Amino acid sequence: MYVAVKGGEAAINNAHRLLADRRRGDRSLPSVTIEQIVEQLGLAVDRVMAEASLYDRALAALAVRQARGDMIEAIFLLRAYRTTLPRFGSSVPVDTAAMKVERRVSATYKDLPGGQLLGPTFDYTHRLLDPSLLTDEPVDEPERRDTPQEHVMRVSDILAHEGLIEGDGEFSEDHQAGDLTREPLEFPMSRDLRLQALARGDEGFLLALGYSTQRGYGRNHPFVGEVRIGEVEVEIEVAELGFAVSLGRIRVTECQMVNQFKGSSKAPPQFTRGYGLVFGQSERKAMSMSLVDRALRAEELGEDISAPAQDEEFVISHSDNVQATGFVEHLKLPHYVDFQAELALVRKMRLDIEAARKGDRGELQEAAE
Amino acid sequence: MDLAKQIEPNAEIAARRRAVGLLARAMTNELHAAWEKLPAKPEVKPVRGPETGLVMVRGRIGGGGAPFNLGEATVTRATVLLASGTAGHAQALGTSKENVRLAAIFDALWQEAGTRNSVETTLLGPIEARIAVEDKQKAEETAATRVDFFTMVRGED
Repeated sequence: MYVAVKGGEAAINNAHRLLADRRRGDRSLPSVTIEQIVEQLGLAVDRVMAEASLYDRALAALAVRQARGDMIEAIFLLRAYRTTLPRFGSSVPVDTAAMKVERRVSATYKDLPGGQLLGPTFDYTHRLLDPSLLTDEPVDEPERRDTPQEHVMRVSDILAHEGLIEGDGEFSEDHQAGDLTREPLEFPMSRDLRLQALARGDEGFLLALGYSTQRGYGRNHPFVGEVRIGEVEVEIEVAELGFAVSLGRIRVTECQMVNQFKGSSKAPPQFTRGYGLVFGQSERKAMSMSLVDRALRAEELGEDISAPAQDEEFVISHSDNVQATGFVEHLKLPHYVDFQAELALVRKMRLDIEAARKGDRGELQEAAE
Repeated sequence: MDLAKQIEPNAEIAARRRAVGLLARAMTNELHAAWEKLPAKPEVKPVRGPETGLVMVRGRIGGGGAPFNLGEATVTRATVLLASGTAGHAQALGTSKENVRLAAIFDALWQEAGTRNSVETTLLGPIEARIAVEDKQKAEETAATRVDFFTMVRGED
């Protein structure tokens, strides 16, 4: 018999007070500031912004600090915050061709307009722990070099010249871009809505799915046409002014994945594409997103759907880490009544089986005698 | 139709776009410095805000295709009215209400013939110069990481 009870208020209060203490840690050490997190843990801040689907460096840093560095908790905090704000409108689509490029590499062309710009990359480091970072050693200023007056051309535009690659991805004129923050998800969904879901999807989940396509689960022969990181202008139409004005710039990472395609009854052999665009600096996420975007186009391109990464409903339903953590972590909350019911059920089943066995044995004995 | 008349409104729109865009990039210290330099502080009535909300940032599939919703960004906006009747608007990424309130005042002052030049010299000019310096520095730092390929000579010729 289970009787409903209340309680735990004092325990919860004290637990939160203890959390605040542990978050602060050793009081003899200086407290980490929001500015320090923004400047020195910038990629953690970027990940929180990307997966919270809210661009605000200072608030993301606050979330990282409040969550003690737990990324998904920080993402959850920022997601919760965004629900408190009204929406003013939608921006003019950002123009990534006009990006102030900080890094741009292509794996398909060695010499291309704009060149291979490595930027601040972990690539080619030896992944050896650096003991100089145990202390606060001075750091050299970056080298500088005169900038060539050369447009950092899109790789897709180079291939488009020869007509060997499909277009960017158009819909009919009257297609309105879907918004999963406003309408419930319905499958199958259009590519614009999938891209919105992937842009806020969990980096680890998309990385694993992208990896699975490379290992043969929905192989699609990818090449990194290019990855570019840099700032783009965010513009919005202001009704009072009657024209679009700039709100400032945000940093994004874009990946153009180029995939071999042997052609179908509808299209000749050509390169197809997967696209990734992510808030902040995260080429791992942008690359994973473009692999998964391409995999999810299987049906559109008339390919067999045989692998998890090609299964739209599976991928999109499980890519959001705030939803996922909510459902997984709710298991630790009191399920006392549910469990009591299960317990009673298991006890009863056990009794029934034991009674049945006794009956069997009785019959056997009778037969033997 | 008179060509000059066609060009003029476009030039005026371009000028306003530039001013509003620069004000969106203004830093707190730049706005305060310009405010201090104002010989006469204008009488200002708040009309709307400052208020913080969200703008859905959109991207394009494949970079240039159909629009899709990438994610939101915080934006703060304000509208003010000067005693002269000129309305000023400002909007900027982020949550700084004080910055945007001041930016809206300077937007109004920029629209008035008597104060446009001083807004240009005390505020817009310095912001534009700062952004140019920052952009140049970043571009040069990035350029230093450009790969210069060279061909190894192999075998005998």
